[in-house]
Amino acid sequence: MSKKVLAKGFAGILAAGVALVPMMASAGELVIESWRNDDSDIWNEKIIPAFNEKHPDIKVMFKPIPPTEYNASLNAKLAGGTAGDLITCRPFDASLELYKQGDLAALDDLPGMDSFSDVAKSAWQTDDGSATFCVPMASVIHGYIYNKDAFEEVGVEVPKTSAEFYAALDKFKEDGSYIPMAMGTADQWEAATMGFQNIGPNYWKGEEGRKALIDGSQKFTDAPYVATFTELASWAQYLPDGFEAISYPDAQNLFSLGRAAIYPAGSWDISLFNSQADFAFGGFPPPPAAAGDTCYISDHTDIALGLNTASENAEEARIFLEWMTGSEFATLYSNALPGFFSLSSHAVEIADPVANEFVSWRQDCESTIRNSYQILSRGTPNLENELWNLSAQVINGTITAEEAAKTAEDGLKQWYAPHQ
Amino acid sequence: MAHSTRPMTDWRKAKLPVFAFLAPATIIYTVFMIYPLLDSIRLSFYTSVSGGDLTFVGLDNYRTILGDPGWSATFWNAFWNNMKFFAVHMLVQNPIGIALAAVLSLPQLKLRNTYRTLIFMPTMLSVVVVGFIWQLILSPVWGVGPEILDIFGLKSLFGPWLGKEGSALITLALISVWQWVGIPMMLIYAALLAIPEDLVDAAVVDGASHFEVFLHIKLPLVLPTIAMVSILTFVSNFNAFDLIYSVKGALAGPNFSTDIMGTLFYRTFFGYQLQLGSPTLGATVASLMFIIILVGVLFYLFVVQRRLSRYQL
Repeated sequence: MSKKVLAKGFAGILAAGVALVPMMASAGELVIESWRNDDSDIWNEKIIPAFNEKHPDIKVMFKPIPPTEYNASLNAKLAGGTAGDLITCRPFDASLELYKQGDLAALDDLPGMDSFSDVAKSAWQTDDGSATFCVPMASVIHGYIYNKDAFEEVGVEVPKTSAEFYAALDKFKEDGSYIPMAMGTADQWEAATMGFQNIGPNYWKGEEGRKALIDGSQKFTDAPYVATFTELASWAQYLPDGFEAISYPDAQNLFSLGRAAIYPAGSWDISLFNSQADFAFGGFPPPPAAAGDTCYISDHTDIALGLNTASENAEEARIFLEWMTGSEFATLYSNALPGFFSLSSHAVEIADPVANEFVSWRQDCESTIRNSYQILSRGTPNLENELWNLSAQVINGTITAEEAAKTAEDGLKQWYAPHQ
Repeated sequence: MAHSTRPMTDWRKAKLPVFAFLAPATIIYTVFMIYPLLDSIRLSFYTSVSGGDLTFVGLDNYRTILGDPGWSATFWNAFWNNMKFFAVHMLVQNPIGIALAAVLSLPQLKLRNTYRTLIFMPTMLSVVVVGFIWQLILSPVWGVGPEILDIFGLKSLFGPWLGKEGSALITLALISVWQWVGIPMMLIYAALLAIPEDLVDAAVVDGASHFEVFLHIKLPLVLPTIAMVSILTFVSNFNAFDLIYSVKGALAGPNFSTDIMGTLFYRTFFGYQLQLGSPTLGATVASLMFIIILVGVLFYLFVVQRRLSRYQL
């Protein structure tokens, strides 16, 4: 009885998964490995048919795995030589590791790669930028989604500065008919992703601060980071009662049921609210301290597609990847999935008004990505996981902003030379 | 059946059938239990360098987990949380299980089978369902928890228990108790049924009350079963993972207050978000879990079980 039931269970599941794959993929058919099981319909009904109009002889199959199992089962399949031809790439280290293991092919020579900016490609490059191994597909943008009806009813304007933002929250709190801000800390990641990484870039000046953290010229104990945690701590008073036990779906439901005024969002939330909210809603970027200050947004590179080096259909797979760099795919993808924005430099018309609002911030604000993603989450303790824990604790009030900043810095100091 | 009264002593004659009957279980058990166990212990002595090759490092992984300040803090946090998780089961689940079994075995009880089925029902539910239902019940937004407390005028006592560092682990342990209390109840109930009526009758004739009969006659007789239930609880608690994972995720928040060995193993082995998985360190955590469970089981076998007195009924 005293066995690691878990290890065996997972090994069994993985083995079963590995065993089933060869039966499903036949020669000459491209198989796409992905964690986006929500997008199956879009791939099968829109993207693949559009591709087949140009290349009717190449069969493509979209084969998603639930997101939480993706990394583990993909690794098992790659090791067993049964993974699909095209592999959806997580940003940064997870994919870099696959490239280093020789599972992903370098794609620098792929025609069409020049339609992506360096920032767009940075998530799927070696540290020195010498090789790119995935075709960037989309980014997600952070900001706030607000209930337009609630704003009108309580008489609040869309805030342009940080002060106006908190004045608006105070007004909702006083009014009492709406929860000022719908978020919880039970799942921890919203606190970090929709909280810390959302409001932070305005403090650390986007890319400037992100790069300074990497080269060690800034530390988490510096003013911008402590200030971000301090602002985050002030959110507690605006969140619903018992926010410590409110999960991400709870918060989504609170907002889409019209019980909350402001929702700290990732742009991927737009499609859910489109289908569930029966009131008008809009978006605004995290407001800077003073009107006219440069605003910074988290425009996070999230998803890309790479080529399995073991693919027997590499030629066809390259044709598919090349098609993906074009404007047709960019338009299709951005419109099929409002809130996932194509990273290519093609001009893309987005029909969804809220998604369009989000993407328009790229013009007025400076884009940056989450500061824990590149290089800094490579060691133990893992910075991204630390930020989840610390951000949630700061909002819960169990540690102060200064303590959180110090813990994050101490963690980095343990393994990252530029911070030692 | 001429030999049924005398055990066969000449094993050579019985060789073929004995091995034929043992083979299926032995082979399956070896391939799916013993081999993976030994192989994961072997894996814990290696480390994988970038690129996927394994290098032998001896006990380095164990030094890392138990010696490195970051890792050892995480490990011991998970260990002590697991001990608390186990303590709640021992102090709540098993006494309630015994009490329920004692009540069920009362001869005057009506609707006995209905109660038994109802109490046993949660055991058959998927842990994911149990986690989801309890998250909803205890949700500060939609939960019926606050309303139920309101009926008794106790609404002010309600809190976001699953989200507070101090209460999250206890709450999860109690959810697990709710789900699994049927198992000790059934085992002890079966043991209680095996007690001959005449023993109880004799005690009643001597003037013992129901409670005295239970305490002085029945309880000592089912003590071996209780000890077995305890060791089963220990093993399953130190292998627990699913409930915590389904309610709190692999990061076992807030601030790792619900992190137990199973979730620590999962994070280490498979990785989480940006934390890349390390099969070798994961195997080390798994081997340490095995050692902990082994120590517990050996303690039971050599210390507890030998002191239990058994009665021939």
